[in-house]
Amino acid sequence: MSNIKVPTMAEMMAAGEKPDVLFWVGCAGSFDDRAKKITKAFVKLLNHCNVKFAVLGTEESCTGDPARRAGNEFLFQMQAMMNIQVLDGYEINKIVTACPHCFNTLKNEYPDLGGNYEVVHHTQLLEQLFNDGILKVEGGSFKGKKITFHDPCYLGRGNGEYEAPRMVLEKLDAELVEMKRCKSKGLCCGAGGAQMFKEAEKGNKEINVERTGDALATNPNIIATGCPFCNTMMTDGVKSFNKEEEVEVMDIAEMIANAADL
Amino acid sequence: MVSNIIFLLLTLGAGIFFALNIRKIIQKIKLGKSVDRTDQKKLRWKTMAKVAMGQSKMTRKPIAGTFHIFIYLAFVITQIELIEILVDGIFGTHRFFQPSLGGLYVLSISIIEILSVLALIATFVFLARRNLLKIPRFQMPEMKGWPKLDGNIILYMEFVLVMCIFTMNGTDEVLFARGESHLAGEGSLGFAVSSWFGPMVFGGMETSTLHILERVGWWGHIIMVFSFLNYLPFSKHLHILLAFPNTFFSKLTPMGKMTNMESVTKEVKLMLDPAADPFAAPAPEEGAVPQRFGAKDVNDLSWVNILNAYTCTECGRCSEACPANTTGKLLSPRKIMMDVRDRAEELGEGIRKNGADYNDGKSLLGDYITEEELWACTSCNACVQECPVLIDPLEIILDLRRFLVMEESKMPAELATMNTNIENNQAPWQFSPTDRLNWKDEA
Repeated sequence: MSNIKVPTMAEMMAAGEKPDVLFWVGCAGSFDDRAKKITKAFVKLLNHCNVKFAVLGTEESCTGDPARRAGNEFLFQMQAMMNIQVLDGYEINKIVTACPHCFNTLKNEYPDLGGNYEVVHHTQLLEQLFNDGILKVEGGSFKGKKITFHDPCYLGRGNGEYEAPRMVLEKLDAELVEMKRCKSKGLCCGAGGAQMFKEAEKGNKEINVERTGDALATNPNIIATGCPFCNTMMTDGVKSFNKEEEVEVMDIAEMIANAADL
Repeated sequence: MVSNIIFLLLTLGAGIFFALNIRKIIQKIKLGKSVDRTDQKKLRWKTMAKVAMGQSKMTRKPIAGTFHIFIYLAFVITQIELIEILVDGIFGTHRFFQPSLGGLYVLSISIIEILSVLALIATFVFLARRNLLKIPRFQMPEMKGWPKLDGNIILYMEFVLVMCIFTMNGTDEVLFARGESHLAGEGSLGFAVSSWFGPMVFGGMETSTLHILERVGWWGHIIMVFSFLNYLPFSKHLHILLAFPNTFFSKLTPMGKMTNMESVTKEVKLMLDPAADPFAAPAPEEGAVPQRFGAKDVNDLSWVNILNAYTCTECGRCSEACPANTTGKLLSPRKIMMDVRDRAEELGEGIRKNGADYNDGKSLLGDYITEEELWACTSCNACVQECPVLIDPLEIILDLRRFLVMEESKMPAELATMNTNIENNQAPWQFSPTDRLNWKDEA
C-alpha cells in the first residue's frame, strides 16, 4: 500500500468540500502500468505541495480523443457530452492532466460542446508551483546529468507550450540538451492520431525509432517526456537501440518527484 | 501608332483571359462547403501581413527562405516599373516618369535592378536545387512529370524576364550615352547595374541594332509579364496571388483543435436526451439528399480546404517534416493538397461543361487518395506548422477518415476494437471501468 492521498470528487462532495483543481488522470494514466507510475509521482507532488485536488475515479471516462482522430465523431461527442455532464455536475472549473491529448481535447474541443474549463498540463501546474515558491527541489541524483526533452505534439505544436516543461526541468540543475528537431520542429513519437492503438502502416522504419535516434544523438542520460504515449514510444525506441541500460525515459513529474525525495 | 494599338489589345487580351481563368478557379473553390472565416478581422489582416507580405515563415529554412525573399521583393518592386511600361505602351512615350521624377527615378530603377540581380541568382540557385543538387523534397513520387516541369518553367520564365529587363535598360544606357536615346540629356542614365553592364555587353553594337534590341527587351519584358500572369491559373505558381487570401482565411484556433461537426452534435444530443421524442423530428423533405458525414469528394470539403489546395506551391516542406513520410509510409501531405486541387479541377470542369448534376463516378477518396495514406497520419501537425502559407492538410486527412469510419465503417481492425473498447469500457483498452482507480492502492 502506498501512502498517497487520492480523494475522489464523490468523497469531496459528500464531505461538503470542493477541490481547487480536478486531476484528470486519463486512460493511460489509469490503466497502463508504466503511465500509472507517472500518475502516482504527480499525485505525490500534489500531496507534497498540499494542493487541494480530487480525481473522478471510476466516474472518469475516455475524453474521446483517439476516437475523434480515428474518424469516429459520434463516439467522440458521446464521450465528450457524458464527461461534460459529470464535470458540470461537480461544478469543475479547473482541470490538470498529465496527458497532452486529454489536455488538448478538454481545453480546445469541449467548449464547442458546452464544456468550459480552465485546463492546464501538469508541467504548467508544476511551473506555477515552482514560481509560487511552494515547490522547491535540488538537483539530487539529476545534478549534472544530461537530459533531453521530447516535445509532445499536442502540448507543443498543438497548443504552443514549449517553455513550461523546460522551465521545470531547469530546476534539476542538470544539463539540458536540445535535439536537432525540437520545439515547433519536434518530430512526433508516432503515437498520435490513434496510431498508439494500431500497427503502423507499411514503411521502412518505425517513427518511434526515428525519433529515439534524434534523442540518442544528444547522448543523454535521460530522455524526458510529458506524455504517457510518448513515454511508451520512446521507451520502446530505446530498447530497439539496446540502450535501456544507459538511457532512461522518464516523465517530468517522475523526475521532480524523485528530486524532491518523494 | 500601330504599336500602341497592338499593346492595348495585348493588355486587354491578357487581362480578360486572366480574369476568365481566375473566375473558373473561384467557381471551383466554391465547390466546397461553406464555413465562416470572417471573424476576428483584425487578427486576420495581421496574419496576412505577417505571413504573406512579411514572409515570416519562409526563413524556417534559412537558405531557401532567403533566396525566396529575393525573388519576392524583386517581384513586388518590379510592379512599380510595370506602371511605367503600361503608360509608355498606351501613350507611346518613352520612360514617362524619368523627366519628372529625376533622382527618384534613378533610385527606383536602380533598386529594381539590384533586386533583379538577386532574383537572378536565386533563380539559378533554385534551378540547381531542383535539378542538380536534387534536394529530396523535390524528388518525391508526386513531383514526377508535370509538377517538376511546372517548377522549372517558372524559373526559366524568371530568367528570361530578368534578361529582358537588362537588355532594355542596358541598350538604353548605351543609346543615351551616344545621344541616341529618346530621352534628353547626356552621360549616363545612372542605373545601378546597367550603367556598367550596358556598355560592357552592348557597347560595341551599331546604334540601329541597339534600337531594335531595346524594343526586344521592352516588348519581351511586357510579353513575359502577360505570359506569366496567364500561366498562373494553370500552375502551382498561383501561390503568389492566393497566399494572401489563404493566410487571411486561415484557421486561427490552436492547431490541436479539430473542427466540431454540428450535424453530429444534433444527433448525439437527441440520443442523450431522455425526454427527446425521435418521432417528433420533422420528416426529411422529399428527395432531400441526406448530409454526408466526413468527406468523400472535394465538394464535401470546405471551400477553405480547396483554396488551400490551389494555394499550394508544392514546396514539400510539409512532407519533409511529416513523420509518416520520413519513415517511408505512403502519406505525403503535399500529395494530399495536389490531389484535392487536381480533383477540384476535374470535377469543376465537368460541372462547368455538363451542369451541376454532373457525376463522373470518381471521387477524391479512392481515385486520388488511398486509405493507406490516410491511416498513416499521426495528426502531429508538423505539416501545418511547416507550411509557409498556412495550408492545413491535416483537416482534409481527418475529414476523409471521418467519411471512411462513419459512412463506410472502414478502418483498421485494431481501431474498430479501440472504438468498441471506448464504447463499452470507457477506455481504448479492454479494462473494466470499475478498475479505473486501482492504481491508487497498487504498490
